[in-house]
Amino acid sequence: MNVLTDNISVFAEGFLGTVELTVYSSLLALALGFVMASFRVAPVRSLRVFGTAWVAVLRNTPLTLLFFAVLLGLPRFGLVLPFTVFAVLALGCYTSAFICEALRSGINTVPTGQGEAARSLGMSFGQTLSHVVLPQAFRTVIPPVGSILIALAKNSAIAGAFSVTELLGTYRTLSELGYNIVWTFLWIAVGYLVVTGVISAVFNVLERRWGIAR
Amino acid sequence: MAVDPLIELHGVNKWYGDLHVLQNIDLTVGKGEVVVVVGPSGSGKSTLCRTINRLETIQSGAIRLDGRPLPEEGRALARLRADVGMVFQSFNLFAHKTVLQNVSLAPVKVRGRRRDQADTRSMELLDRVGLASHVSKYPAQLSGGQQQRVAIARALAMDPKALLFDEPTSALDPEMINEVLEVMRRLARDGMTMVVVTHEMGFARASANRVVFMADGRLVEDRTPEEFFTNPRSDRAKDFLSKILKH
Repeated sequence: MNVLTDNISVFAEGFLGTVELTVYSSLLALALGFVMASFRVAPVRSLRVFGTAWVAVLRNTPLTLLFFAVLLGLPRFGLVLPFTVFAVLALGCYTSAFICEALRSGINTVPTGQGEAARSLGMSFGQTLSHVVLPQAFRTVIPPVGSILIALAKNSAIAGAFSVTELLGTYRTLSELGYNIVWTFLWIAVGYLVVTGVISAVFNVLERRWGIAR
Repeated sequence: MAVDPLIELHGVNKWYGDLHVLQNIDLTVGKGEVVVVVGPSGSGKSTLCRTINRLETIQSGAIRLDGRPLPEEGRALARLRADVGMVFQSFNLFAHKTVLQNVSLAPVKVRGRRRDQADTRSMELLDRVGLASHVSKYPAQLSGGQQQRVAIARALAMDPKALLFDEPTSALDPEMINEVLEVMRRLARDGMTMVVVTHEMGFARASANRVVFMADGRLVEDRTPEEFFTNPRSDRAKDFLSKILKH
């Protein structure tokens, strides 16, 4: 029971590591997912192909394999970055494929007439997407994007196996110190619940806030 | 017809798979002319209307607007579309924006006008279509006829050279058709160049300079409304008119 109070700094460090990984990877995943979703509905064929390939590769690769590829592969090409940055890259790119598909499904729920009306008024593809289609798609994709980001928070545990400081990894230090593994895992689980709980809360607020606009 | 041509179609062909929906269409619309396109459903009249601002692509032939060929894609096409307004059967108002925002959006984003100036102009236009008291409502709060009048104001806000109407009253309840037709009649009187796909023969008779009759992807007749309604030349047109005028 006193594993938490005795080792609060170890837990805090791990917790902050997980929060950091989650926040940066989420931002990367949202940005990349947004770009890829735009690519997949773009009028330019090569962009559509690129977007489709991006999703196919990243969504169908096991995340652990992706971590190996990024952490061991990229340095071979001379790209040496801190492990945390590599972990953010792997997590962010992997999750962007799922964000892309959630956004695209949202875009598909917007009637085609909306886009046609925007284009008939002389709006460019980018304007049509950003002023007309995406604001309406946004509402429907809030719940799935929330789920994807929660999954990301939990997936960040894999980074611990690659010597990135994060919450799950703290169990190794603590079990070496002889603490009861059950209590250690319990407090780790509570830590994850705090992170995922915050994400859920944020998305609940977003859903309530943007639900009124029709 | 001695007026300047604004919209010109030459030998336009379009296929949907094996279906030849537009067959060698030649059509010229002069500045200030009102051309009404009629015909049975599936005759290609909506498709024809949508090719003029390239919402539908064509496989062969040429379309020119104000003397310039229709651009393929990208900025040039967007610029051209800004000059050709379109009114849709299903209104297509932006569901997440208020009436005023619907009308002002394109002038601000496409024409680069200042928001307050765009809003002032939008208010004028909305007043003209009789909706000045509904500016802060969302489209879903309006009736079909009101939505379509907002859509017309939205198209007018871009100061278009021509307006395309794709069955503007077909999705409306009967008692709302007239309020939309009234706005269109006024536009026609004011000299707007219009291509109108419709089943409203009363509008065709009263406001059109020419009636174009389409059947099976072909442009069968192109005549004044008086001639077309009293003395149609083709059997196809006679058949069509006998079916729709006899009740």
